[in-house]
Amino acid sequence: MDRIPILQMGDLLLVTIQVDMHDQLALTLQDDLTDKIQRTSARGVLIDISALDIVDSFIGRMISTISALAQIMDATTVVVGMQPAVAITLVELGLDLRGVRTALNVERGMKLLQTPAGTP
Amino acid sequence: MAALQQRTIDLIRSHEADILSQWQQLLADTGQGQDNRISSAELDTQLREYWRLFLQALPAADASTLQGTEWQPIRRFLESLSADRARRGFNSSETALFVFSLKRPLFSQVQVGLIDQPQLLGDQLAAVSELLDQLGLHTVKAFQKTREEVIQRQQEEMLELSTPVVKLWEGVLALPMIGTLDSQRTQVVMESLLQRIVDTGSEIAIIDITGVPTVDTLVAQHLLKTVTAIRLMGADAIISGVRPQIAQTIVHLGLDLQGIVTKANLADALALALRRTGQTVTKVAG
Repeated sequence: MDRIPILQMGDLLLVTIQVDMHDQLALTLQDDLTDKIQRTSARGVLIDISALDIVDSFIGRMISTISALAQIMDATTVVVGMQPAVAITLVELGLDLRGVRTALNVERGMKLLQTPAGTP
Repeated sequence: MAALQQRTIDLIRSHEADILSQWQQLLADTGQGQDNRISSAELDTQLREYWRLFLQALPAADASTLQGTEWQPIRRFLESLSADRARRGFNSSETALFVFSLKRPLFSQVQVGLIDQPQLLGDQLAAVSELLDQLGLHTVKAFQKTREEVIQRQQEEMLELSTPVVKLWEGVLALPMIGTLDSQRTQVVMESLLQRIVDTGSEIAIIDITGVPTVDTLVAQHLLKTVTAIRLMGADAIISGVRPQIAQTIVHLGLDLQGIVTKANLADALALALRRTGQTVTKVAG
């Protein structure tokens, strides 16, 4: 069974989604990620979805859920590299991912994670 | 329905030259081929071509509906003719006149030829009239279609023209919106703006609505969508150019623009954008 790899960089976790997400994969990722946050007591999670060009409402909700889960486990989530088509789809689906932090690319996302939340 | 009889067709054939010259005269009288939109030589060629196709198709059945393969060439000819006229700036009645002006010459020839049989004359006149009406209607229909195509093309061009995304500063994009916002335009605007954000890696996008005449709930919803999409991509949006009337409307409508940063004008928005990206502009002393 395939999984999405979660890389650890210091106290940050890096998830790069490079395949088409299907529902089971998304659920596995949720489990794996919460597991990993607990084991490594990570402070931040960076999800790179720049290779994702099709989303549905389930994947959109998954992003929200992961962010909320990580928040409860005291880790900040940043979603980076969302494609225009994906952003439009999510908006049209009525998912505004409130509470999820976003950045244009991995570099900016890293910078965002390194500054404590609340300060711009 | 009355059909054209062989006798009538022979009659028309035998008086071809008379009919043609009379028709030319009539067209000239109405002013066609007189101005610079179409030369009289060109008009003459079209006229002869039409007449040739008309004679060819005349013996065919189904004259009242113009259906059938015999009518295909003349239908095609009329379609291209009216498309050509539409592009040259003729109006619909001028275009239809090309076909309808043939009526009088044809009628007079048929009348002279069948004067001895009033019953048949009435019958055949009705048939000729019906045929020409159908041809005329077909011309107008084709003319309309061409005009509609022109209008649609212009609409699309306007859509493209009215949504320029400009780079205002390093990392700052601006989108001056002009005209009414509807779903289709918002979609185009959103797509081009988001694409530019990706291409340039800009952190801040300023949407200037100085040129938007009115803001209602729908427009506000479109704006909200755009701003949300920009945020999802990881950039920030500022809306500028909120005029006093628009601010009043928004408040009166009870619209919730929470989470959207608004500024009175583009300069204020740019100042905020520069502050956020950690840049300053200083005046050179002297």
